[in-house]
Amino acid sequence: MEMFLDILVAVLLILGCLMSLIAGIGLLTFPDMLTRMHAATKPQVLGFLLIFAGLAIHLRSWAVVPLLLLAWGMQLLTAPVSAHMIGRSGYRTKHAAKDSLYADELKQIVDKVSSTPATGAIDVSSKQAEKTED
Amino acid sequence: MMEIVMWICGIMLGLATLACVIRVAKGPSILDRVLALDVMLLIISVALCLEMVYNRHTDYLLFVIAACTLGFIGSVTVSRYVSDQRNA
Repeated sequence: MEMFLDILVAVLLILGCLMSLIAGIGLLTFPDMLTRMHAATKPQVLGFLLIFAGLAIHLRSWAVVPLLLLAWGMQLLTAPVSAHMIGRSGYRTKHAAKDSLYADELKQIVDKVSSTPATGAIDVSSKQAEKTED
Repeated sequence: MMEIVMWICGIMLGLATLACVIRVAKGPSILDRVLALDVMLLIISVALCLEMVYNRHTDYLLFVIAACTLGFIGSVTVSRYVSDQRNA
């Protein structure tokens, strides 16, 4: 049993570190910012899950599990928010290479909002957009 | 056996850190750099976890949580204040 758990820990740790290596390779080789963002989120959720599972099994204690779950849950909550913020500012500042996209669904909405004359509903949303830009 | 696992993991983390450093140096925009630094902070957290496994203690758990929070706050703050200097 001990031997089995040790091997399990080793496999989990190596897979978790492999996620970091994959993120590094992706950061280095992918061509533009949006694809790099895709690679960079690999270790955040799956990598941490594997590493934390390996740590908890290696320590053979349930006492660390709540803390590890707290750290992992925090990653789970914050990773989408920071990815959204980076993608949003990339889209607005043309750091993201938009001509490499196959489909740009946001562009239609932006064009629609910016071209239609001010009516009630559109007016509110464009005002909100101005507010968030401030 | 733990020795060998630590060596393998350490080499993988080192290569990943090297890739992040190269991306920080090369990165065409500030957002690429923020992304690479975020990944570097994650690698530091993973390395802290590996150290806890090797020496069988739990002293660094709070540092891991702090590193997660720090990465989140950093990337959100920088990307909030990014502006396009070429068109401004």
